[in-house]
Amino acid sequence: MTAIRRYLPSWLSSYAALYILFLYLPVIFLPIFSINTAATPKFPLSGVTLHWYEDLPRTPALIDATWNSLAVGVSAAILSTVFGILAARSITRYRYPGRRTVNGLIMAPLVLPEVIVAISMLLVMLQLGLSLSLFTVVLGHVLVCIPYSMTVLTSGFEGFDRSLEEASADLGESAFGTFRRVTLPMVAPAIISSLLVCFTISLDEFIIAFFLTGTEATLPIYIWGQLRFAAKLPGVLALGTLLLVASFVLMTVAEILRRRAARRTQNQGGLYA
Amino acid sequence: MLERVQSERIQTDCTIIDIRDVTRSYGAFKALDNASLSIGKGEFFSLLGPSGCGKTTLLRMIAGFDTPTSGSIAVDGQPMDGIPANRRPTNMVFQSYAIFPHLNVEQNVAYGLKRLKLQSGEEKRRVEEALEQVSLTGLGKRRATELSGGQRQRVALARALVMRPKVLLLDEPLSALDKKLREQMQVELRRLQQAVGITFVLVTHDQYEALAMSDRIAVMFGGRIAQVASPKEIYQRPVNRQVADFLGGMNFVKAEIVEENDASLVVDTLGFGRVRTDKPKAFVRNGGAATLGIRPERLRVLWDNATAKFEVAGKVVERHYFGEITHLIVEIPGLEKPLSVTETNDFGADDIPVGAPIRLAYDPEALVAMAD
Repeated sequence: MTAIRRYLPSWLSSYAALYILFLYLPVIFLPIFSINTAATPKFPLSGVTLHWYEDLPRTPALIDATWNSLAVGVSAAILSTVFGILAARSITRYRYPGRRTVNGLIMAPLVLPEVIVAISMLLVMLQLGLSLSLFTVVLGHVLVCIPYSMTVLTSGFEGFDRSLEEASADLGESAFGTFRRVTLPMVAPAIISSLLVCFTISLDEFIIAFFLTGTEATLPIYIWGQLRFAAKLPGVLALGTLLLVASFVLMTVAEILRRRAARRTQNQGGLYA
Repeated sequence: MLERVQSERIQTDCTIIDIRDVTRSYGAFKALDNASLSIGKGEFFSLLGPSGCGKTTLLRMIAGFDTPTSGSIAVDGQPMDGIPANRRPTNMVFQSYAIFPHLNVEQNVAYGLKRLKLQSGEEKRRVEEALEQVSLTGLGKRRATELSGGQRQRVALARALVMRPKVLLLDEPLSALDKKLREQMQVELRRLQQAVGITFVLVTHDQYEALAMSDRIAVMFGGRIAQVASPKEIYQRPVNRQVADFLGGMNFVKAEIVEENDASLVVDTLGFGRVRTDKPKAFVRNGGAATLGIRPERLRVLWDNATAKFEVAGKVVERHYFGEITHLIVEIPGLEKPLSVTETNDFGADDIPVGAPIRLAYDPEALVAMAD
C-alpha cells in the first residue's frame, strides 16, 4: 500500500507528461514542416527555409480568403457579443421562471453536432430564400459563437454588485449615465474578451462556413481546397501556423481580460476587503 | 384628514423627514406596516431592530430605491412620491460601500459632482475638503482595490457628504468592520455628524451602536415601530418586553397591579414586595397582571454589613467572569427565574463563591413597569 503511494506520484506525472505530448505533438508538427525545404512532410528535414511564408502574400486567392474571413469574423463577433450581452444580462440580473431552461437552450449549440447544425441552417436559409453568401456564413457563425460569448460575459457580469448602480443613481446620475459611467467600464473587459473569442472561433470555423458560403471562400475553406494539391501542402502548413499563432494570442488576451472583468465585479465591497 | 396633516406640518417646523402611514407589502407579507415617523433637522436618528424588521426597507424608501405600497414620505417639506433616487436630496452610504472599483479615491468622491458641472477648481476643492473630513487626505490617487475595509467606508462617506445632502442615509455602515475599528468609527461618525450638521439616518441591528451614536432611536419589530425615544429613555424605559430584551439584558418579574392612576402604578411582586413606579406613556392595562423589569447593572451587591433602603436577599448559583465585570446569577426565594446581576470587579465580585448567600440593593426608580 505504502509502496503504491510512493510510486503513484511519479507514475501520475509521467502519464500527465505523455498526455500533454500527444495533445500537442500534431500541433508542433505544423510549424516544423512549414519551414522544411521539401514539399513532403517527412523527417529528417531536408533544410530550413522561410520560402513558404514569403509565397503567402503573393497568392491572390489567399488574400481574398483572408479578407473574407476577417469580414465574417468581425461581423460575427460583434453580432454574437451584442446578443450575448443581452442574454447574459438577463440571466445574471433577473430571476424569472424558465431562466435555467433559457440558459440551457442558448448554450445547446455548443454540444450539437456541427454538421447537423450546418445542414439545418442550410435548409432554413434556402427556405427563407436567402442566396448563399458570406452573409449566411455570418448568421451561422453567430449561432455557434453565442454560447461562447455567453460563457465569457456571464462570468464577467456575475456578482456585479447592484448597489454600484444604485450608488450611481443616488449620486444623481441618470439611468443612461449610470450605464455609461459604471456598468459599461466595469464589464468592458468581458465584452472585449467576448469579441476576441467569437472572432477566433469564426476565423477557424470550417463546417458551417463550408455549407453556407456561396462562391466566396473563407480561410479554412481555402485551406481545404489547397489540400488536394500535394505541392501546395507546405504553403498550407505555413498558413496554418500563422492561424495557430493568431488564435493562441487572441485567446490568451481574451482570457486575461475575462479574468480581469471577473475580478473587478466580484472583488469589492467591505465584506470581502 | 388633510387638516390634520397640515396642522402637524406647521407644528413640526424643523422636521426634515416626514414619514406618514407608510406600508410596504410583498403579496401578503408586510415588510413595513403603517409606519409614521418624523425626523428632525440635524438629528442623528437610528432605525434599530433585528434583521427583517423593515428598517432597511424604510431607509431604501427614503432614498428612492423602493416605493411605499401606501402612505407618503416627504423630505424637507417636498413629497417624494414618484421622484427617482437621482433627484432626491438624500445620499446614501451602502452596506457594501459600493465603491466604484474602476475609479480611484478622488474619482469616486467626485463622481456625483461631475454632473453639477462645477468649475474645476471648485470641484477639486470640494473633493479635498470631503477627504479631509473623513481623514483620507493624501490618499486621493489610491485605487479602490488598494483600500482596507475602514478606508472604503470613509470613501463611501466622503462620496456622499461631498454632495452636501439634506439627509445622509447609512445602511449598516459599520457591520463589516472589526470590533475595534467599529468602536472608533462610532465616535468619528458622531463627531462628523455634529461638525457638518447634516441629518444622519442610520440603520443598524447593533443596540450599542444605536445607543452610542444617536439623538433618537426608533426600535422596530416585524415591520412596526415599537418605540421612538432618546437612547436613555429607550434603555431605561422600554415600552414592552421585546424592546427591553433587544436593548441588553433585563430581569423580568411578574407583578400584580394594586393601584393605577394617570402618573403611577403600584404593583405587588414576590421578590421586591410592593413597588410604586412611574406609569409608562404607552401602558395599556391587560387585566391585573403586569411585568416589572430591572437591568442587571442596577442591582448592586451589598458587602458585609452594609444595608440599603431597598434590598433583596438570595443565593449565588452561577458566576461568569468577563474581565472588567462579573456576571452573577442569583436565586431569590419566591421568584420563578433567578436574577442576572452584573457587578464591576473593583470590590472582588469575581471572588464571590457560588452557593454563597448574597444581598442586593436596588433603587425603585430602576424598576420599570411594562404591559404584559
